[in-house]
Amino acid sequence: MKKSPKHYDVIVIGAGPAGYVAAIRCAQLGLKTACIDHWTGKDKQHSMGGTFLNAGCIPALTLLESAKLYRTITEQSAIHGIRVSKAELDIAEMIQHKDEVLRSLSDHIAQLFDSNQIDCIFGTAQLMDAKIVQVHPIEKSSKAYLLECDNVILATGSSSVDIDAARIDGDKIVESYTAMNFSSVPKRLGIIGAGVIGLEHASIWARLGSKVTLFDAQNDFLGFVDDQIVDEALKIYSKQGLDIRFRARVTATKKTPKSVRIEYEDPDSSHQLSVDKLIVAVGRKPNSENLASAEANLLLDENGFVHVDEQCMTNLPGVFAIGDLVQGPMLAHKGAEEGILAAEVISGKERSLHYSVIPNVIYTEPAIAWVGQTEQHLRSTGEPIKIGIFPFSANACALSTGKSIGMVKIISQKYSDQILGVHIINPCASELIAEAVLAMEFSASTEDLARTVHAHPSLSKALHEAAMAIDNRALHIPPSETH
Amino acid sequence: MKTEVLVPNLPESVADATLITWHKQVGEPVQRDENLVDLETDKVVLEVPAPDNGVLEKVLQQNGATVTSGDLLAVINIDKSATPSEDTIDQATEESPAQALSPAVRRLILEHELDSNKIPASGKAGRLTKNDVLDYIKTDVTVSEQATPEPIVTTKTPPPNVVTPGPAPTPATSDSRPEQRVPMTRLRARVAERLIQAQQNSAMLTTFNEVNLKKVIELRRDYKDSFVKKHQVKLGFMSFFIKASIEALKRFPLINASVDQRDIIYHGYYDIGIAVASERGLVVPIIRDADQLDFAGMEKQIAEFGVKAQAGRLSYEDLSGGTFTITNGGVFGSMLSTPILNPPQSAILGMHSIQQRPWVENNDVVVRPIMYLALSYDHQIIDGKEAVQFLVAIKESLEEPSRLLLNI
Repeated sequence: MKKSPKHYDVIVIGAGPAGYVAAIRCAQLGLKTACIDHWTGKDKQHSMGGTFLNAGCIPALTLLESAKLYRTITEQSAIHGIRVSKAELDIAEMIQHKDEVLRSLSDHIAQLFDSNQIDCIFGTAQLMDAKIVQVHPIEKSSKAYLLECDNVILATGSSSVDIDAARIDGDKIVESYTAMNFSSVPKRLGIIGAGVIGLEHASIWARLGSKVTLFDAQNDFLGFVDDQIVDEALKIYSKQGLDIRFRARVTATKKTPKSVRIEYEDPDSSHQLSVDKLIVAVGRKPNSENLASAEANLLLDENGFVHVDEQCMTNLPGVFAIGDLVQGPMLAHKGAEEGILAAEVISGKERSLHYSVIPNVIYTEPAIAWVGQTEQHLRSTGEPIKIGIFPFSANACALSTGKSIGMVKIISQKYSDQILGVHIINPCASELIAEAVLAMEFSASTEDLARTVHAHPSLSKALHEAAMAIDNRALHIPPSETH
Repeated sequence: MKTEVLVPNLPESVADATLITWHKQVGEPVQRDENLVDLETDKVVLEVPAPDNGVLEKVLQQNGATVTSGDLLAVINIDKSATPSEDTIDQATEESPAQALSPAVRRLILEHELDSNKIPASGKAGRLTKNDVLDYIKTDVTVSEQATPEPIVTTKTPPPNVVTPGPAPTPATSDSRPEQRVPMTRLRARVAERLIQAQQNSAMLTTFNEVNLKKVIELRRDYKDSFVKKHQVKLGFMSFFIKASIEALKRFPLINASVDQRDIIYHGYYDIGIAVASERGLVVPIIRDADQLDFAGMEKQIAEFGVKAQAGRLSYEDLSGGTFTITNGGVFGSMLSTPILNPPQSAILGMHSIQQRPWVENNDVVVRPIMYLALSYDHQIIDGKEAVQFLVAIKESLEEPSRLLLNI
């Protein structure tokens, strides 16, 4: 049979949360779709889902759950009248459990591709021009080949940023993926970068017994999170034994056979600290290098992000880019929404995204979730606002189920009462935030929230009461004098 | 295909207009020429019709907004049926989003007795947000400061004030002494405010007199047919009163003047306002340079104004200005009244019903058609003596119409 390049309506490069969602949506819209992805799992098999599934949110969530369970058993069962004599930790099994979760999720995506008749190709890809993609199969013996298509969706995601002061070696100085696969609990764990990823790692290993020290060079710790929530989070993290060194810039690292010596500077002076493992989590950069051949002329911006318009189309007609590859918050659901947008635009529909109502979650323990604007941002713009706060310590369900940590904070426009921002810190924050996102999508006011019936007892009641607190009429906390 | 709805060209002297109320909501179908929205200037309410059949897709100005000629008010999707295509994300479901009211919106509508259909919606798929309703409440109550007053003649049966329908009144309570609380319509509230202002900013008094209209009536009776034949318009009473007023104004120019703070402005022209009843209430179109018109000219203008007023088609120019006003409560049966000034004018003449009354002539008691006249005036510039003499001059001209001919 003559081998002419196979033709697709759409080729998606990358099967992370943006890419695989884009591929499925394309298939739903009747487009002949192929998806090329190169992530190799521990078992040397193709593992779908990208960083998200293999080295990011999913393993973090799974390991955190294991770590929380360990902590609950060792420290909190006594108050329930449950005595556990000795709880042992087998990290290898814990990691294996995590791997099984990843495998089943990856298989689930593979099944979805199958049932949607998406051709899944295990390999790397390069855009040759707007309609031609070159595939390099992972299988070394197979030759590279070309595929033709009408449209391309680029979804190659991002990678950890390397810093000179602490070059990753995959052994002692590591990034996320390796950190999700430690063979034992590091006694002393250093983390460069106290952002979302750094804190998530810290949460896991601190619970498993590491002495965790975080180094953050920025002036502003979690600057994009509401200040009041950050204060609350810091108090909680300190109690958990996290040691965060602010304004601390790591200048050099020296490896010894058993440890890493970190040299760092803060506004006062220089310091040193030795750790057993060091995680580098200072940020992520888009995987745009070698994504396209030079002849393709794919336009990148000065930070390496692929340039796109508001429909996610690049400078090459019919070529779209989504997810961490383009500017915007590096969130899985943001990439997925862009994937859906691109698929629908390709199939001829008019679409647009608006980014103002996208939830953010930090999967620490307790988690932090928010949507909309922070108080500090609104005050800096001079917007007149009202604030309603409700602590989970006053929520019946939280007290009953040991989740009474944290608070809900709602910010609304002073006159129109429109909800401008909702911030939650609580173990269930990532679920509770959904109600707030929905409310903001419909331009709801806090009164709308206050007049919607919420189940009692439930954690969601805290949102209900926070909405009432806007007008100083929450039922389960005393009236505030400062209102 | 989409078409834009723009603010029509406003009259020259009008800088802008206030958007009073939308009659259609986003997502609603509209018919060609159907009234979409009312725009209010100083004097008139302009209706903006839909240019074509379609669905109202976007509303760009809200109630209470200030707009000028050419501003974009709305976008209409032409030829779209009421059910939008599947392509649009924000599409109406079987239940129109307008009916899907959020809790806060429901509460506000209940408390303020509003009609949700009248409130422009800015929310998702045409939904009302709490802010939409709050804005609507704010602007509905706000009174336009640029409006001129419309003199309310205190008569036994006030003219029907059929303006933009107000909110539905609360249903009567179940006990035997029901009450209804109905907020004022916009127009009413505006008029109310201006009337109070008129009283507060002037030292208003009224002087009365009576006039024997026998000779005027005879004149009319004798010449009415030939008048109509020659001029194609009926000879009414008003032209006599206008003529008589003008002659008196010439003799007492202070009555034709206005007060502006501490200045008296003497007007060298005679723009006489004639109060007429219309659908929207009492309006006062102006006969400009009335001294230049003959009887027929005046009657024609009055007839024209009457027709326009009934059709709600009086233009801004028709209603602006005026140096003196004549109002006639007699058509409704008023015997006597104290008309209210029409600021910035300093005086207003009130005509009343003509009754056969006993009258003394040459020491005999006879029966004559008598009308009581009232002149309300601003004592800030007009003294009692002048006001009285002015009214006497009018009376004398009417009792002896030949004086108008001879200018004495």
